[in-house]
Amino acid sequence: MDVVVLSRLQFAVAVFFHFIFVPLTLGLSVFIAIMESIYVKTGNEIWKKHAKFWGKLFLINFTLGVVTGITLEFQFGTNWSRYSEFVGDIFGSLLAIEATTSFFLESTFLAVWHFGWKKVGKKMHLASAWLVAIASNLSALWIIQANGFMQNPRGYEIIAGRAELSNFLEVISNPYAWGMYGHTVLSAWLLSAFFIMGVSAWHLLKNSNVDFFKASFRKFAPITLISVCLVVLMGHTQGQNVAKLQPAKLAAMESHWETDSNVAFPLIVIPDAENERNSVEALKIPGVMSFLATNDFNAEVKGLKDFAPEDRPSPAIVTAVFWGFRIMVFLGCLFGLVALISCFQIKADMPNKLLLKVLNICVPLPYITIALGWLVAEMGRQPWIVYGLMRTSDGASQVPGGNVLVSLIAFIVVYSVLGVIDIYLLYKYSHKGPDAE
Amino acid sequence: MVLQSVWFILWSLLWAVYFILDGFDLGIGAMLPCLARNEDERRIMYNAAGPFWDGNEVWLISAGGVTFAAFPKVYATMFSALYAPLLMLLFALIFRAVSFEFRGKVEGENWRKAWDVVHFISNLVPAILLGVAFANLFMGIPVQPDANGFYLYHGNLLKLLNPYGLAGGLFFLAFFMMHGCLWLAFKSEGELKDRAITRANQLWIIVLVLLVVFLALTFVFTDLFQNYFKMPALFLIPVVALVGLLGVKAMLSKGKVFTAWVCSAVFCVAVTFFGTLGMFPRMIISSMNGVEALGAFNASSSQGTLTIMLIVALIFVPIVLVYQFLVYKTFSFKITKEYLDDKVAHAY
Repeated sequence: MDVVVLSRLQFAVAVFFHFIFVPLTLGLSVFIAIMESIYVKTGNEIWKKHAKFWGKLFLINFTLGVVTGITLEFQFGTNWSRYSEFVGDIFGSLLAIEATTSFFLESTFLAVWHFGWKKVGKKMHLASAWLVAIASNLSALWIIQANGFMQNPRGYEIIAGRAELSNFLEVISNPYAWGMYGHTVLSAWLLSAFFIMGVSAWHLLKNSNVDFFKASFRKFAPITLISVCLVVLMGHTQGQNVAKLQPAKLAAMESHWETDSNVAFPLIVIPDAENERNSVEALKIPGVMSFLATNDFNAEVKGLKDFAPEDRPSPAIVTAVFWGFRIMVFLGCLFGLVALISCFQIKADMPNKLLLKVLNICVPLPYITIALGWLVAEMGRQPWIVYGLMRTSDGASQVPGGNVLVSLIAFIVVYSVLGVIDIYLLYKYSHKGPDAE
Repeated sequence: MVLQSVWFILWSLLWAVYFILDGFDLGIGAMLPCLARNEDERRIMYNAAGPFWDGNEVWLISAGGVTFAAFPKVYATMFSALYAPLLMLLFALIFRAVSFEFRGKVEGENWRKAWDVVHFISNLVPAILLGVAFANLFMGIPVQPDANGFYLYHGNLLKLLNPYGLAGGLFFLAFFMMHGCLWLAFKSEGELKDRAITRANQLWIIVLVLLVVFLALTFVFTDLFQNYFKMPALFLIPVVALVGLLGVKAMLSKGKVFTAWVCSAVFCVAVTFFGTLGMFPRMIISSMNGVEALGAFNASSSQGTLTIMLIVALIFVPIVLVYQFLVYKTFSFKITKEYLDDKVAHAY
């Protein structure tokens, strides 16, 4: 196999695996800080216990997030060295700023939080919780700023064959990056809220630690609903960013082939990307695609055929992006429904059993949804590694294909083993309850 | 020129700080089978690195990030040329991190024993690889630009394991082990502490011998001394290194283990700068005939990026140093049996 294909596969494996662990870190860090704040403010011991219980799960999850993140930083150099040379001036500096401003803070104060229950005062301990929460969410901001440069490059000048920084403010005020950041972080909070709801539901179904998990159920049902609403809102905003900045990606997401105005939104579509058409388009709602993309029912929406075949995603990618997007949106709606029903059960003495079962089953779904979201964002960008500036095929390192094949297999094996152990430990400790050691 | 030189110095400094900090926890891990005799002692060794190893590793991320940001062409060439050793380093670091986290999470002796093996290997391997990698960078690696000016690597993993590379690997390993023993002696008491001090004394001799061997080989295999002959004042750096190393012995014989660790850190900084200043301004030396080296002046980022990065670094690196120092102070207590048994302490 060709080294570009292998490098892409390896990056996909590394980045998807990394992002299994990151969202729970982003959301749970904030939620734990909130729990501990309630404890420090009210003195109610149950919230200290909550902070510790979820904190233990946080730590199990965190480690793999960190080490798989190092992989990504290495991979730009090992497998995407031409890309790195081209964008290092801007992309590299965003990564370096992330490490200095956020990652140090996160790692250092997580240790204070983990080992410091007796060694530092209550307030200092709470401050550590917040520093971890702020630092991890700030870290995501810098990483997504870097990703934003791949999606919508700005603030650069091409000098001697590379993208040099011309305006730093323009780089970090990238509307694509900010939209993506909001959508990503909020969906991480959604995932974490569903995680808390799902684990709580499991215990309530087993009648274990009922008061303890009722407290988390009641506190997090509204948080779940709020986060779903915000994710959808930010998703819509980001969709409009994409419409403006990456019209080919938007067309792929909707499997929209012909440029037209006042475009209808078909509820049912089956794409036939090989033949540049859809084999089924049914239940069309007039003007809605134009409206979703631009807030204007009569606006023009570019079709895929308007882009030269070599400048737009390949048929296989269009199909993947289309289904990825549809399933993501569908699952998002499902989360809204479940969250809404959960909110109606806050006052109940014991939440409805069926709802609890559904919540428990829901735990893995946001993970899938977030992975699909990234699939849409990254595959939809193809064939570009830097949108409009550099093709993915020009970005890979010229290393022997055999090396990449070996490392790819190693990644798959090692990550699978560690992933299984980690998920087993999360499962084990989430079921043990707050009093177990 | 000034900005690029400043970044070259900062780049060296990041590596030096990384070696000081991650050096001791890698060293403790690599000494695990040679020091601990029972479960409590093993746990003391894990917890001597406990609150620190993660924050320490971020210095590696920063060193990598700064190479990427300030010297993109160096980063691209170095990381793709050293593909195999870097991925081995990466996998080792992955296993090391999970060995801390997973070991105590499941009851059972076999589970813990298995992770002890993983922990030992995953600490040993980075120590050696970092030494091998840096020695090869000092000596030069077979890279050559293609028609588009991209530097391609024309060697393989075995070529990196040449005598000089191996000497570098052993030297780093011995130093990290000594450095780790000193930290462990500081964090423990009783028999384990005594054993750590004995080992540190033995390793001190090995480090001294390997230092002499490494310097001699450096003279033979590399041109690092040229900068020193051009500017003899620079010879102060190896002198500082030697003073640091002698300080380790002197402090050890007085029983001042923490001061000995500080001397060891001084030695580490001096050795790192001895190497990088010998390379200056080069960062990638090609061992192939007539190929121009890549370095601070021909492979750096734009002035704009270097300036912004410098502002960020001047503000945040001191802040990082202050809070990491405070965290070290908070957790500078001795790890005791009582500490391990205290549920609220959440020890590994």
